[in-house]
Amino acid sequence: MALDTEKREFKILGTRPLRPDGVDKVTGRALYGADMSAPGMLTGKILRSPHAHARIISIDTSAAEALQGVKAVVTANDFAKASNSFMQDGLDNCMARGKVLYHGHAVAGVAAVSEAIAKQALKLIAVEYEVLPHVTEILDAIKPDAPVLHPDRNFKRLPEGTAANISHTTDFGHGDVEAGFAAADLIVERTFKTEATHQGYIEPHACLASMGPDGKADLWCCTQGHYNVRGMCADYLGMNISQLRVTASEIGGGFGGKTTVFIEPVALALSRKAGKPVKIVMTRDEVFKASGPTLSSLTDVKIGMTKDGKITAGYAMLRYQCGAFPSGTIDLGAMSAFAAYDLDAVHTEGFNVMTNRPREAAYRAPGAPTAVYPVEAVVDELCLELGLDPIDVRLLNAADEGTKASYGPTFEAIGLKATLEAAKAHPHYSAPLGPNQGRGVSAGFWFNFGGNTSVSLSLNDDGTVAVTEGNPDIGGSRASISMMAAEELGIPYENIRTIVADTNSLGFNDVTDGSRVTFAVGLATIEAARAAIKIMCTRVAKIWDIDPEAVTWEDGYAKPAGENAGKYDPMSLAEIAAIANKTGGPIAGHHEVNADGAGVSFGVHLADIEVDPETGFTKVLRYTVFQDAGKAVHPSYVEGQMQGGAVQGIGWALNEEYIYGEDGRLQNAGFLDYRIPVASDLPPIDTVILEIPNPGHPYGVRGVGETPIVPPLAAVSNGVSRAIGKRMSALPMSPPKILKVIKG
Amino acid sequence: MRFEAPKTTELAVALLAQETGTARVLAGGTDLLVQMKMDMITPDLVVDIKHIDGMHDITPEDGGFRIGAAVSGAALGEHAGVCALWPGVVEALELIGSTQVQGRATMAGNLCNASPAGDSVPAMAAAGAVARIAGPDGTRDCPVADVPVGPGKTSLAKGEFITSILLPSRPDNASDAYLRFIPRTEMDIAVASAGVSLEFDAAGTCTAAAVILGAVGPTILTADASCLVGTKLEDAALEKLAACCSATATPIDDKRGTTEFRKDVVGVLAKRAAKIAQTRAGAKS
Repeated sequence: MALDTEKREFKILGTRPLRPDGVDKVTGRALYGADMSAPGMLTGKILRSPHAHARIISIDTSAAEALQGVKAVVTANDFAKASNSFMQDGLDNCMARGKVLYHGHAVAGVAAVSEAIAKQALKLIAVEYEVLPHVTEILDAIKPDAPVLHPDRNFKRLPEGTAANISHTTDFGHGDVEAGFAAADLIVERTFKTEATHQGYIEPHACLASMGPDGKADLWCCTQGHYNVRGMCADYLGMNISQLRVTASEIGGGFGGKTTVFIEPVALALSRKAGKPVKIVMTRDEVFKASGPTLSSLTDVKIGMTKDGKITAGYAMLRYQCGAFPSGTIDLGAMSAFAAYDLDAVHTEGFNVMTNRPREAAYRAPGAPTAVYPVEAVVDELCLELGLDPIDVRLLNAADEGTKASYGPTFEAIGLKATLEAAKAHPHYSAPLGPNQGRGVSAGFWFNFGGNTSVSLSLNDDGTVAVTEGNPDIGGSRASISMMAAEELGIPYENIRTIVADTNSLGFNDVTDGSRVTFAVGLATIEAARAAIKIMCTRVAKIWDIDPEAVTWEDGYAKPAGENAGKYDPMSLAEIAAIANKTGGPIAGHHEVNADGAGVSFGVHLADIEVDPETGFTKVLRYTVFQDAGKAVHPSYVEGQMQGGAVQGIGWALNEEYIYGEDGRLQNAGFLDYRIPVASDLPPIDTVILEIPNPGHPYGVRGVGETPIVPPLAAVSNGVSRAIGKRMSALPMSPPKILKVIKG
Repeated sequence: MRFEAPKTTELAVALLAQETGTARVLAGGTDLLVQMKMDMITPDLVVDIKHIDGMHDITPEDGGFRIGAAVSGAALGEHAGVCALWPGVVEALELIGSTQVQGRATMAGNLCNASPAGDSVPAMAAAGAVARIAGPDGTRDCPVADVPVGPGKTSLAKGEFITSILLPSRPDNASDAYLRFIPRTEMDIAVASAGVSLEFDAAGTCTAAAVILGAVGPTILTADASCLVGTKLEDAALEKLAACCSATATPIDDKRGTTEFRKDVVGVLAKRAAKIAQTRAGAKS
């Protein structure tokens, strides 16, 4: 769906109305995953593996089942065979089958009348393990003699000789890279390491499942995509999809980590066996051990540059560790690494390798931050060595409309150059720095996504409007969707209520991911509104007894047009809605689409960092985010996304990491030792929104949610490196690591 | 699990002494409840001492202050007298946890948790604080420094618990300070720490120095601070102190920091804390 050709003056887009979920969230009225209850409800708990890698010899649940108050115990045997290997991986991650593949992997579930009894029952389940050698690090996992996680699986698409734990390989690029390096005045080649991080959502996974003896089931859960939950759970329980209705709760953060299932199939299986509703709420310990984390990485980057700052060639070898099951995030990494540059010669390759760690889950721009970080760090080093301004060099090499991207396609209108220019002109960029301070610059990129979307819009007889959509609101989408409906219909924002419907109340919707909702659901909402407008115009034409084409819609009114102009008094939406029962019945519009044209997004971040030379302690002094939003529907939410992404990226850069012991056990499964930034760690994050309209959306909207986590890793790393006068090449840049580099 | 909230010290001692299973004392509960929730311990008896007379009192005594075992960080931080006399001890206690935790957390609890990283312990030990301990054989006084004997272990015998801690008097031209290193700015546990208490003469020369290190050994460690005595804390003296602290430290490598890092940083903290104490003492440098 293309950008509206008629340039319009927006009345509602770009304003900052009150958020519709605000009062509920601050008063506690909002219902999150754990807030759902049902009569006769049982508490579900999950037994998890103490080992990183072990064969399950036997599971004896008889003592647990015999305990008074225990109503059901389930293991892998209580689930159906999944419909394909990808789906089976999802199920095996929820409940281990044959082997446990990581510390915290689920092996059994219990439902009991109280949490205390459920916990007691877990202790009574006897699991006999044959402990196997484990592997948690990338270089260990690709050794020929490494323990193999899935020895019986044949990952057919891989080249001959690929290590057995590698699940995916990738290769992109164009041009003669060797000739490019030969033309360079300076080549920098370095290896960079990042550690696995968790999405860190405050709300743990929680769900309530209720299945009747007739096999009809309802599931309430905290998720980014309840249609996906429905599809996976129905598959795992051997149900047909129509028998399972899923309702998404309010969500306390997802960031990609709630795009799959963990506890939901277990709760359903327990409910089926117990004949009662079952609620499962993960502890924080479980959230860290068994949900989430993103990949860890080891990447070699080589870039050549002329003394004037022109990049002659770029090469990256990316190695992504993806936990216990196959993953293809390496493709996204290899595609985004050099996306910000217009290069004649570029080559990226790499692989995903499996280890005895929790299965990689999507995390905000999955695959991109760890690919862009090494490239942007090497570009910064080249700039320093050659005495060039890091923004000028990026401008000189920046991708633009018509650039053949490093991963194949040719870009349409994009905002990278405008964003770089805005950063250069901003007072932050020229502000003086003190001793032990450094300023880091990084660009970043994300693809954005459209996808399957259904929206329904109904007129109420008082002239207000109900919008029904099917994507959990993780970043203010109810507000922006109401705003787009209000803009199109020409009625006040306050007259619209947008709700997220259950899976039975609306057509299919893809998961809330890929920064897709404001773009795709917004687009479908505009189309649904246009469908309703068409009906309204037809009804009015009937009343006026003129041709429907002779009625136009303007600012919330149907008006006679052409030769009839001025002959009839315009009718408002409220007037039309009030008499709908007399003109043909209820008026509604709906739209179903698999949206494309999402439009890629670029951002540029500036980070001022101070390092205590005696302790390696870092302080983020100042931070500014510049990003192209296409059209910022509700600027406060756009700024919120830019700030939130920056903060998550700062945490990733400075202190967040999964720490494993020699025994393959996770050592920091809690917010005390998994250090996300606290408020006092951060300065106010300044934001600058640019608006280069996306040609693929009627209002020019681009997704904004993911791009802002891409630049901070390099922005902070470049800031620290400039502050200490030495190049950092591993994340997180925790004080011991920095102090070690300072001391050489 | 049994929960008891006795009204007298005698009753509390009797309950603790008679329990055949695992007994725990509850004051603020900011460690105990977390440990219970994480299934680290499952006590058979929990004795809440907050209902015993005097537990919430801060009482002047011989120029110092006696702090009841249930006095919270927030309450101590609002006591002008204690803040003026031992600002380093108050700042150390106030570093623990969040605002909410400060409403409950106590010095006695921090001491009995016996973590080498407990923030108030090095500061109390540097101050020469003395714990009053009630037990089946009556009451005894014990220097704070002698209470923890290893990670999670104290010198308290069965049936004993701390009823108060005395922060002693101090001469003029003296003060204290506490610094810890954490990778963030709050809500964290010390990777290394130093409590410093200094006395000066009228000319600003250091006459007495106590430097206690935290999180760099199985218990708090006493550093030899004699290199400061007779100096005005010139750079050379401070560098000597830092080197001495680094040499004294016997830290482990763990998820919170490396041995090398902790040894380095504990020295940096000690010299910086010493400078703060000097300024607070009003000593001429």
